Amino acid sequence: MKTLDDLRKIRKKAQQEMKLRESNNRIKIVISMGTSGIAMGAREVMKAILDEVSNRNLTDVLVTQTGEKGLSSMEPVIDVIEEGKQTVTYGNITTEKARKIIAEHIVNGKVVNDFVITVQS
Amino acid sequence: MYEKIFNKYSPEKENLIYILHDIQDANPQNFISEDAVQKVSEYLKISISHIYGVLTFYSMYSTKPRGKNVIRLCEAPPCFLKGSERILKNLCKILNVKVGGTTSDGLFTVELCACLGICGNAPVMMINEDVYGDLTDEKVEKIITEIKGRA
Amino acid sequence: MPSKRTDILLCCGSECVSAGSLKIKAKLLEELKKQDIAEEVNIIETGCMGPCDSGPVMMVYPEGIFYRNISIDDVSELVEEHLIKGRPLTRLMMRDINDKVFTKVKEIPFYKKQIKVALENCGYIDPEKIEEYIAFGGYEAIGKILIENSPQETIDIVSKSGLRGRGGAGYPTGEKWQFCYDQQSEEKYVICNADEGDPGSFIDRSILEGDPHRVLEGMMLAAYAIGAKKGYFYIRAEYPLAICRIKKAISLAYEYGLLGKNIFETEFCFEAEVRTGAGAFVCGEETALIASIEGRRGFPNSKPPYPAKSGLWTSPTVVNNVETLANFSAIFNKGAEWFASMGTESSKGTKVFALSGDVKNTGLVEVPMGVTMRELVYEIGGGIPDGKSFKAVQLGGPSGGCLTSDHLDTKIDYESLKAVGTMLGSGGVIVMNEDNCMVNLAKFFLEFSLEESCGKCTPCRVGLKQMYEIMERITSGAGKQGDIEELEQLGKNICELSLCGLGQSAPNPVLSTIRYFRHEYESHINEKNCPTKVCSHLMHYLIDTDKCNGCGLCSIKCPVDCIPGNREEKYNINQEDCVKCGNCMEACPESAINKISGIGFIPEDDSDSIYG
Repeated sequence: MKTLDDLRKIRKKAQQEMKLRESNNRIKIVISMGTSGIAMGAREVMKAILDEVSNRNLTDVLVTQTGEKGLSSMEPVIDVIEEGKQTVTYGNITTEKARKIIAEHIVNGKVVNDFVITVQS
Repeated sequence: MYEKIFNKYSPEKENLIYILHDIQDANPQNFISEDAVQKVSEYLKISISHIYGVLTFYSMYSTKPRGKNVIRLCEAPPCFLKGSERILKNLCKILNVKVGGTTSDGLFTVELCACLGICGNAPVMMINEDVYGDLTDEKVEKIITEIKGRA
Repeated sequence: MPSKRTDILLCCGSECVSAGSLKIKAKLLEELKKQDIAEEVNIIETGCMGPCDSGPVMMVYPEGIFYRNISIDDVSELVEEHLIKGRPLTRLMMRDINDKVFTKVKEIPFYKKQIKVALENCGYIDPEKIEEYIAFGGYEAIGKILIENSPQETIDIVSKSGLRGRGGAGYPTGEKWQFCYDQQSEEKYVICNADEGDPGSFIDRSILEGDPHRVLEGMMLAAYAIGAKKGYFYIRAEYPLAICRIKKAISLAYEYGLLGKNIFETEFCFEAEVRTGAGAFVCGEETALIASIEGRRGFPNSKPPYPAKSGLWTSPTVVNNVETLANFSAIFNKGAEWFASMGTESSKGTKVFALSGDVKNTGLVEVPMGVTMRELVYEIGGGIPDGKSFKAVQLGGPSGGCLTSDHLDTKIDYESLKAVGTMLGSGGVIVMNEDNCMVNLAKFFLEFSLEESCGKCTPCRVGLKQMYEIMERITSGAGKQGDIEELEQLGKNICELSLCGLGQSAPNPVLSTIRYFRHEYESHINEKNCPTKVCSHLMHYLIDTDKCNGCGLCSIKCPVDCIPGNREEKYNINQEDCVKCGNCMEACPESAINKISGIGFIPEDDSDSIYG
């Protein structure tokens, strides 16, 4: 990268790539992987999610990580992001809860209300 | 064995802290021996007393052999408010050690430390570089059993 | 039909029926009859209420309380607690009925008052991907500043924004930069202070872990402004993940040409490196931090000269805290006016706070300067859990002071807090409920500072030890008249005479608890009584003989055999031998053992003792 124009080009490309409809992904699962989340078991949750995604052969689901959202008491926290729908944030996730979210929300499109912290557009 | 570490750093005084970290991490007993201090002194061309001055100043270094897994339980006020005292008592009981001591199988050393910065999930502890939050007696027992199983 | 006092709307949609709502109804009728209130309560079967996966669900009017996942076993408790005693069963309540059932967009109160600047991307972007930071406008600020503005103009923008250092002291950042810029020197440095050691603060860690590129960009902006070519991140070794993320960010920035020579084809060249600590709280003090980077013991030096004049390897050095650096890109992108429009007259912008302790929502929040403690603890923090009441907050960790319920409406900014004897500090807010003994807590904070004192200067090394011994004496029942005054005098002297910020602020927790909770100190000293029953020497355990069933479990569990008794005569604790381990209380199946304040016996008169 040399110039501001180069930076802006990279930005445009990155913004495009982050939009789900530009990629082949229907849905994105974002796991909060700060120390706080990890201390509460985010690594195990991530493993369980990856495991479910691969076992169920869900090729249109992207699993990724982020830092802390601030809600320490609700860690591990995960976001489910779908194009054109509101982002659902789940909290206090365990491996069992994560598997349930995959089965109900990701596969069947039904939000698991019991684990929801917030829904935002 | 020290050559490999020395090769990573130029022989400048400012690298002392990192060299000591690496030496300690490479030692299965998690400490810095007299022999190591001697070698560092020769490599950096600084006095042994200077090295001990630094070594004993920072709480993460040890001059005595420690267990394979160093448990650092946070004793800062937010963890104290959430019952870290009780966790410590139980931890020492199940491992049968005192604070600062190492288990007879050489697997664990229990230490107390200043704030680990995970106060939202107090009480917390760190085992080597892994962190565990919202500790309860049951959770601690489970973690210890798991690590024992891996050994 | 007489009017009923309560209506219960029981969902009998298909999901709830299959989850057992009809059985719940039968059980409800049975319990109501048993309690003789069947006449007062109306049970109405309704169609599907919506939250099917929480079934069986029901709504109780007139309170409008929504219960979920009710099981047969819950019914009698529900009738007894809610319908008879008027205490809704919180464990079965759905947290927010409106949000869950009807609304599409919801904001929980935790987020409502927050404005995110430093935390803007935390929890939204992947911190290990530079593209995501760039997608959210990253590196635009440094690019534009390098091309369009001179270093002096850059400093002026920060000065105009009114930003003050977020690490604790609150020194105006623009002034610090200007001072360093004005120094004539070939070599200058920027240091990011990420040696966040204050108990109760985890702001810097979260930012470094969640948005490392923002901090790096902030450092580049500072470097350009003061004329530095090299920067160091000094991160405490307790933060391995933060170290790993910032290292990754640096290597990606090199890959993208954002670090190195002639950045954005300008004259600006910049290198960044990570240095780590090894477990020493005092290294958060800037001169001690510099000593540590140079490979020495982390001993602080007296100031002046300030690091901005003579810092790392005696070159002019700006030391900025992580949160401070994380504000820069937003200030340059959105303008100094925008930043200065938030906050109060003397404290501009937003501040991140770390909530911990006895508060429902622990975690990080970012709010404009000037919000009140009440908003922070009750609205955002969700209040005190387990039905306890608020007692105090400790601000600024072991360097700060406490605030009481009288101060809940105090504005949180640098000046207002100073006026009530505490400080903003790094933003750690430790909330304490009614169960906490303030004397014991102050002792605890003091112990922390005592252990972390580097030992270089006498007031801190010796003075804190003296204070600690007095505190130890007070909490163990040997407090004397004049102890409080001696603590005040010692504290004042240590604050004035210590070399660095650690010693200068270490007495604060004791001084501020004396100021606001003097009666607790007095009761420890004069009445040998810990009102909150925390200090074990000043409380005792007592067996309620009416409740005692004579099982003898307490006696078996007692490590010092001080609970004699038998089945007929019940058990009794011999107070003089009791070691206050609490085993008996835990063992008692009848909850017959209580904590009582005071020592519980009259000690032998030792006024003749040669040790006064």
